[in-house]
Amino acid sequence: MRDVLIALAPSAIAGVVFYGLRAAILIAVCVCTAILSEFLFNLITKKKQTIGDLSAAVTGLILALTLPTGTTIWQCVVGSLFAVIAVKCLFGGLGCNFANPAATARVMMLIAFSSSVTAGGANAMVDIVAGATPLAALKTGESALPSLIDMFLGLREGAIGEGCIVAIVIGFIYLVIRRVIKWETPVIYVGVVFLLSLAIKQDLTVALYHVMGGGVVFAAVFMATDYVTTPINRLGKMIFAVGCGVITVLIRFWGSYPEGASFAILLMNILSPYIEKMCAKKPLGGVKK
Amino acid sequence: MPPVKMTPPKEVLLPLSQHIGAPAAPVVKVGDEVKVGQLIAEAAGYVSSPIYSSVSGKVTKIESYLASNGRSIPAIRIQSDGLMTPDESIAPHPVTDIDSLILAAKESGLVGLGGAGFPTAVKLDALKKGIIHTVVINGAECEPYITSDTRTMLEKSDMIHYAISLIESCAKDVERFIFGVENNKPECIHELVRIFGDNCKVSVKPLPSLYPQGAEKILIYNTTGLVVPEGKLPADVGVLVINVTTLAYLAKYVKTGMPLVERCVTVDGSAVKEPKNVIAPIGTSVQDVLDFAGGLKSEPGKILIGGPMMGNAIYTTDTPITKTTGSIVALNVKDSTLDEPTNCIHCGRCVSACPMSLNPTAFSKALNIEILEERIARLEEYHVNLCMECGCCSYVCPANRPLVQNNRLGKAAVRSYHDHQSSLK
Repeated sequence: MRDVLIALAPSAIAGVVFYGLRAAILIAVCVCTAILSEFLFNLITKKKQTIGDLSAAVTGLILALTLPTGTTIWQCVVGSLFAVIAVKCLFGGLGCNFANPAATARVMMLIAFSSSVTAGGANAMVDIVAGATPLAALKTGESALPSLIDMFLGLREGAIGEGCIVAIVIGFIYLVIRRVIKWETPVIYVGVVFLLSLAIKQDLTVALYHVMGGGVVFAAVFMATDYVTTPINRLGKMIFAVGCGVITVLIRFWGSYPEGASFAILLMNILSPYIEKMCAKKPLGGVKK
Repeated sequence: MPPVKMTPPKEVLLPLSQHIGAPAAPVVKVGDEVKVGQLIAEAAGYVSSPIYSSVSGKVTKIESYLASNGRSIPAIRIQSDGLMTPDESIAPHPVTDIDSLILAAKESGLVGLGGAGFPTAVKLDALKKGIIHTVVINGAECEPYITSDTRTMLEKSDMIHYAISLIESCAKDVERFIFGVENNKPECIHELVRIFGDNCKVSVKPLPSLYPQGAEKILIYNTTGLVVPEGKLPADVGVLVINVTTLAYLAKYVKTGMPLVERCVTVDGSAVKEPKNVIAPIGTSVQDVLDFAGGLKSEPGKILIGGPMMGNAIYTTDTPITKTTGSIVALNVKDSTLDEPTNCIHCGRCVSACPMSLNPTAFSKALNIEILEERIARLEEYHVNLCMECGCCSYVCPANRPLVQNNRLGKAAVRSYHDHQSSLK
């Protein structure tokens, strides 16, 4: 868990640099609410305190990084509370959640607080007034798009931590070197999104915008690699990643929302136990009963 | 370092059950004078093995003692006179054909010295049926700390050579002999290649030094590529696996007639002052072996018979070493303490680590199923009986979960369920 926090640090720092003090406040609120809710839940239900495993902190931080600065503070509190208590603690705590807490909370917030949460936040480094995010612009074709380099560096509208691709990639490399995650899932997820966008739009530039826009890279590295809610076997993980990519693209092109990553993660989490069962490796000498 | 022969202990306790199968039946009584190599308990049944006295002296007690696995085991206590006088009837046991070879294996009291303890005579019986085409000799010694097989390959290679020639001449159906040796023992590989260089039927295969390279099914797979199906034996795929030390002792017995009364035990671990290999009489207490080896340098947290992965902790150092004791590992308190287990986070390390490609988390989850039939069905669905309890899963688990212990429990649950079902019929 500590390694995940370290891997998230570049994205968090980039978020604060681009979006200012507001971003720092939202991050602090989400993380503290997450830790506090788990602490109180364990206290009230007379369970052993588990906040030391840092999983609540990670959930809070991931959630914060998927939110734009337009989110209000109490919305952050509700979201974090939901993520930790409803998705994790009520099901049995660490290891027992049926879906990624941050992704599920993000989906809940998208539905409950859609106006604050879909809009982009004002990026201090960019001269654009708070308006449409690149993905929304791609969908409606109305606003101007930042350049590809700007997209890679995070100089655009959007959620606090999803924009700076280079920071996420640094985090990804760190996690792979530390052997916390396997490289297949994020690479396959992002790869599928790229290939499908390319196939549908027949335009390399648009495909690249799709890969770097929205929360795909962030979700691929930090949410699709969650141990608890993804298949345990290698083949299962790969199928999971492909599924996430397909659903993300389907929602983006044919759904009402400009972003599909959180939904994709949630839906694939639900399918995960079945994928795992299907892909179970045959034991050495195992005979079918 | 070559092994050091131990000074005779004051007394030995010889369990009547040092092997898989029925315990041996005593043929001496309290007060009898015995000599080294004298029969004190005979094999009782087909799958059994005789026990011989490892010291000369007097039988003081025939009693049951509480073993560390909770079982009450009958044993013969012999007080040593310190002379180690060999029995007069000890004479070389000539072998002319497969039947005399099997008889030699039986009368030597040999059991699988790699730790399994399966009576060697019963194992070699498969050679009579003409179904064995490959003999795999286990020189892997994959458990950390143990080096007694290494010493066998270095110092007793002539005995190994003799044993192979015996099997070769007695069992003509065997097409090849493969030595499986981990590549962290280059001197052993070198020695075996040297001594068998001229024999085209014998090959030495260096294997990656990965635990559990010495596990029977894994060894067979890595040396021959054959897979032993669930519920079947190596003989069913035409393979016979024998430990390299067992082989050397068989040769020694045929040449000298002295049955299995002593063995090489590695004394090592973080609490041991001077790690070394000790040749100790069977039945010597762990305390006596440790004292001879130089003693402990700190209070031990655990003392294991066997290696740190699959060895069993003993509750008293009065526990005797048996035919299958390859090592005594004394770990200090720091190495013996594990953190509290936390929830399974489904990370999959145990699944990646399992050499049999099993899913240990599935077994732990299955144990929580309330309805008995469903629980047993789930355990069998995930092939719990393929688990060989190597401990890889527990070792890699980041949540310190007792996985191999749960697997063991799962296997026992399935076994007792089927026993109960068949007793109802």
